[in-house]
Amino acid sequence: MSTVEGDLTLREVPGPSALGGGWKRSMELLYLLALTDFKKTYFNTALGYAWSLARPLMLFGVLVTVFTQIFHLGKVPHYPVLLLMNIVLFGFFQEATLIAVGSVVGQEAIVRKTQFPRLVIPLAVVLTALFNLVLNLVVVAIFIIASGVTPMWTWLLFPVVLALLIGITTAVAMIVSSLYPRFRDIAIMWTVFSTVLFYATPILYTVGNLVGHPTLRHIILLNPLAPIFELARKWIISPRAPSPAVAAGGYVQLLAPIAIYVGVCVLAVWIFNREAPRIAEEL
Amino acid sequence: MLARSEKRPGGTAPTSGSWSEETDGGVATIGVSRGTRAGAGAGPVVIEARGVAKSFRIPEYRVDTLKERVSHPFRRSEYRELCALQNISFDVHQGEFFGIVGRNGSGKSTLLKILASIYRPDAGKVRMAGRVAPFIELGVGFNPEMTARENVVLNGVLFGLSRRDAQSRLDAVLDFAELRDFVDLKIKNYSSGMMVRLAFAIMVQADADIMLIDEVLAVGDAAFAQKCMDVFHERREAGKTIVLVTHDMATVQSLCHRAMVIHDGELEYIGDPEDAALHYYRLNFAHEPAADGDGVMAPDNDSVAVEINGRAVQARLLDEAGRPIANVEQGVPLVLDVVIEAARELEKPVFVVHVLNDDHVVVFGFTRRLDELVAQGQRVRLAGEIENRLVPGRYAIDCWIRRDRGFGDMRVQGLRLIHFGVYGTAPRHGIVSLRTNVEPALEPAPDE
Repeated sequence: MSTVEGDLTLREVPGPSALGGGWKRSMELLYLLALTDFKKTYFNTALGYAWSLARPLMLFGVLVTVFTQIFHLGKVPHYPVLLLMNIVLFGFFQEATLIAVGSVVGQEAIVRKTQFPRLVIPLAVVLTALFNLVLNLVVVAIFIIASGVTPMWTWLLFPVVLALLIGITTAVAMIVSSLYPRFRDIAIMWTVFSTVLFYATPILYTVGNLVGHPTLRHIILLNPLAPIFELARKWIISPRAPSPAVAAGGYVQLLAPIAIYVGVCVLAVWIFNREAPRIAEEL
Repeated sequence: MLARSEKRPGGTAPTSGSWSEETDGGVATIGVSRGTRAGAGAGPVVIEARGVAKSFRIPEYRVDTLKERVSHPFRRSEYRELCALQNISFDVHQGEFFGIVGRNGSGKSTLLKILASIYRPDAGKVRMAGRVAPFIELGVGFNPEMTARENVVLNGVLFGLSRRDAQSRLDAVLDFAELRDFVDLKIKNYSSGMMVRLAFAIMVQADADIMLIDEVLAVGDAAFAQKCMDVFHERREAGKTIVLVTHDMATVQSLCHRAMVIHDGELEYIGDPEDAALHYYRLNFAHEPAADGDGVMAPDNDSVAVEINGRAVQARLLDEAGRPIANVEQGVPLVLDVVIEAARELEKPVFVVHVLNDDHVVVFGFTRRLDELVAQGQRVRLAGEIENRLVPGRYAIDCWIRRDRGFGDMRVQGLRLIHFGVYGTAPRHGIVSLRTNVEPALEPAPDE
């Protein structure tokens, strides 16, 4: 009878949780799930990956026309490539968080019928979006070089920008995905709010453009995405652009968005840990 | 859903007549077998549950949107506490086949989900040893847009294998599922039968130390059900620990070493599977005293009680050469070979044999009485031929052992003996195919 070898020490069953079943298994599931999603998105379409580029490029085309031909924002150095980079970066944030909203509910069967680390679901969404982002960034890089931006050592700092962006994206994805099973409004709310964020982030403009609007500037500088985009601009496209601290008017002012950034991350971990064990029951 | 085993014969009038036909045959058994029951349970404890409790909040007024939450901040307290489980404690030993039975809504599936780390218990502790894989439903996590190859790996990881392990077992899974030629076909193009086979193969090859299974047997055709049974037997022999949630008493009696009955969230009984089945029947009859529509339900007489009269030592169908078979061709007689061991002294026991179809309709039945005193432990063989007029489909054979204890006092016990299939190509009309000589012919024109 007892032919099964191995460790027979009784271990307490952990119950459902954010990362139940071990770190390694979670990582493997994360990778497989993200890969599956990525393939699913592009493998059945005629143009495949080209579609993922089509959307930011089209938006870019429209916006660059509107803002250089009609509104004359052209005095910002290298405005078209800056706009393209900003759109691609924000596209990642928006895509990941919007898809994350319904992700846990969408994986209902897995959540309710297998032992599955809950956190992997929103993380896989972020990772899928990240695959896209990396591919899009290749195109952005080509545009940047083609448009005559001088290469500089600060390009090497781009991973820092990316890490900050991934951090806030993941945090928001965790919050919306874990709250959605209980509050279905989140889906609509987040669609609206992410559009607001698009305009409340220095994507179409720079913080420098806001000099004449102090109130607006204060509000926008609370946005934790704003310093990230300012950093990206300074490091990648125009080294003479003000650093986030200068743009904010001093390091003290920069504390607000940093505090919000950290707050969102802490909130995400807290909410997710609180909701994770109950998600299977709420579905 | 599996066959509802609570179906019982009504007050069938006993047709008396001495009967002791005997045939000799091999000893191999299918379906009901108890060869390995003794000896299990001696291994170390691998599942230990202590005082497990779980309740669900059923909101009277469900707060689903933020607006409702904001406009009615105190509404949230309006819920009903549904106590799904309370104070459940049990041990499962290594190598045990452990059954959890109970009526619908008794909490048995909730318990399984707690063991599987899908729900968190409100109180109590569960401890386990070894790798656990829950199989609540076959094919969970299949992605229809992906090929079988990709799905096998994803599912393998889902059930606790590492990616490398899952990849290395791909061949074994495909062989078991007999789907090697379709490895690069997308799952959405699979027939449902193929999908079930693939899912089951993954479950088998996931090879967990502890398998938690929730009525997955309920799917598939006859051959597949037989394969499931074979696998369960094989797992059992291999010393794997299996926890099976079911309400099919036949499965419990034929496979489980021990079983547990849960009723309204409480542990009703734990121990011998026959006794568990008995408890289960009693619970059912307490709730459904009257016979139901098709007349094969509970005893319509209060003096008829359920008790254990015997157990099947061997139950099988044979072919002409005397070999056990799982499926019978249409029209070929059913050769029954059953050995029942008396669990108590039986004075002139009556055996009521029923052949039931998939819809639990008794297609056919007969009653035989043995005009002897059967001592406890003595064996009775029920063997012989049954004419086969069944249409293709899935059937079961039940045997009700009854002893009359004087005027009106009857004790009966039902045993699900055999599941079998009838195959054939004849079109299926109704539930039996009877011989007929009705032929169409042209009517000669009336000569005028």
